[in-house]
Amino acid sequence: MATISAISTAAARPDVEYTLGALGQIGDSEKPLSFLERLYKNDTVRSVVVIVLLLVVWEIGARINNTPLLFPSFIDTLAALRSGLASGALIDRTITSLEVLGYGFGISIILALGLTIMAVSSSFGASVLTTLIAVLNPLPAIAILPLALLWFGLGTPAIVMVVVQSVVWTVAMNAYAGFQSVPQTLRMAGQNIGLRSLPYMFRILIPAAFPHLLTGLRIGWAHAWRTLIGAELVFGVAARQGGLGWYIYESRAMLETANTFAAILLLILIGFVVESVIFQVIENRTIRRWGMIH
Amino acid sequence: MNVANLAPRAQTARPPLKPVEAAAADRPLLQIEGVTIQYKTREALVTATHRVNVTALGGERTILLGPSGCGKSSLLKAVGGFLKPVEGRIVFDGAAVTRPGPERMTVFQEFEQLMPWKTVRENIAMPLRVARGLSRKEADDRANHYIDKVRLTKFGDAFPHTLSGGMKQRTAIARALAMEPKILLMDEPFAALDALTRRQIQEELLALWETIRCNILFVTHSIEEAILLGSRIVVLSPHPGRVRAELGSEQFDFSNQGEPAFVRLRDHIHNLLFEHGKGGA
Repeated sequence: MATISAISTAAARPDVEYTLGALGQIGDSEKPLSFLERLYKNDTVRSVVVIVLLLVVWEIGARINNTPLLFPSFIDTLAALRSGLASGALIDRTITSLEVLGYGFGISIILALGLTIMAVSSSFGASVLTTLIAVLNPLPAIAILPLALLWFGLGTPAIVMVVVQSVVWTVAMNAYAGFQSVPQTLRMAGQNIGLRSLPYMFRILIPAAFPHLLTGLRIGWAHAWRTLIGAELVFGVAARQGGLGWYIYESRAMLETANTFAAILLLILIGFVVESVIFQVIENRTIRRWGMIH
Repeated sequence: MNVANLAPRAQTARPPLKPVEAAAADRPLLQIEGVTIQYKTREALVTATHRVNVTALGGERTILLGPSGCGKSSLLKAVGGFLKPVEGRIVFDGAAVTRPGPERMTVFQEFEQLMPWKTVRENIAMPLRVARGLSRKEADDRANHYIDKVRLTKFGDAFPHTLSGGMKQRTAIARALAMEPKILLMDEPFAALDALTRRQIQEELLALWETIRCNILFVTHSIEEAILLGSRIVVLSPHPGRVRAELGSEQFDFSNQGEPAFVRLRDHIHNLLFEHGKGGA
């Protein structure tokens, strides 16, 4: 330390220490944005505006076109939706569809979890899973519908099988990728406290892989929903109790176009609620809260 | 350094897990006997350490010091039970180490060791429930006690991603110490911290150790850190790691950091490490 003061430049520029005073008015320099500015920057407000604009265009277009048999207006569609819901027909159909979807989705998750556990516990299991995914994932689910009908007959099990084919590989693929991405340090931290096999899986691997698992479920849900409605369009399940897809097909055949539109609107609504409400809430309460995504 | 004198103080300071047996100072707690560790990369079989012998007596703070590539981290992971030596054996508390266990808690360098889906308190309490079978209440009480000890009182409910690096490492230390391990394994725990935080947390660790007095096995490549924190320094040579020297450093801490004896030891270790770099067999 002593040598520094001996350097000639140090003598020319002596050491100084400053006393730090009060900050003054700087703390008040942040000023809130006006109400309109905040409204303009709000994402929800923006999407609502876009949707309202679309509906207005639809309504005006339909009125100018004036062919309700081909292209009913938004207001007509809304009326059809209301009467469909009031009579209970649409609600029954929706419940039927969601029930089949629930079975298919549930079976898929259990299957995918089993396959993934197999894949992470042995290298041979991993080969089995990656090969199965490579072969079966690109196969469009709807392509096996005839086969499913042949095996299970006309009815729920056939559609469930098709839904499972559309979901299971996506979920398994994402789960496996998620388990592989768990940091080595976190694995060791889990093993350190004596966690092994299933407790290790449930306490460390699954939560640590949750961002991937959630992505898998999200994509899987979208696949399932599309495949389900597609399969229902092709055939209606046992006559009376068809789902929403069958409702669309039926009402088109009877030229009740407003009903067709109403069912399509309902499909969009359900998709929106599941994706933007349910999955979004799960995401916000888990991985976003935990800082695993930003 | 009589362990028995400090045991009563330690017991009143925290709710005891079970009657704590202080490891006898004259009996070896950890014996690393002729341990060779190898691992495979894509191209080659690498020997990390070659026939290393280290013995730690009860209550010692043993430092594994060496340059990159001396296998010090591998050696620590072998003691942790995460790696299997190809030759030799590791005996801990009278039994051969075969797998990880909660009596050998590890603090890693990486911040990822904390579970991002658990708060600070839950991160500390979860191992207590899983490995020690405490009830939720007992585990939380104990976690709170150690959260206070590492000065994170205000952050018990915070998730790890909201913490600074130093706070994350203090949480990891609290998690390990709350388990009352017989030995605390530390794998360059402060290497990713800035110099000021590192210095502060080193002092905290020493102060905490004074109240607990478990064994510590500490890996570092910083000579200063080794002298300050250790009571015995094992100097390893690189490629593969072999024991170059075992040096006592019990008498040094932050109070005599600049004194001639400290500087002499530092220079001596520096020469031991450096001579190897030049001499290269």
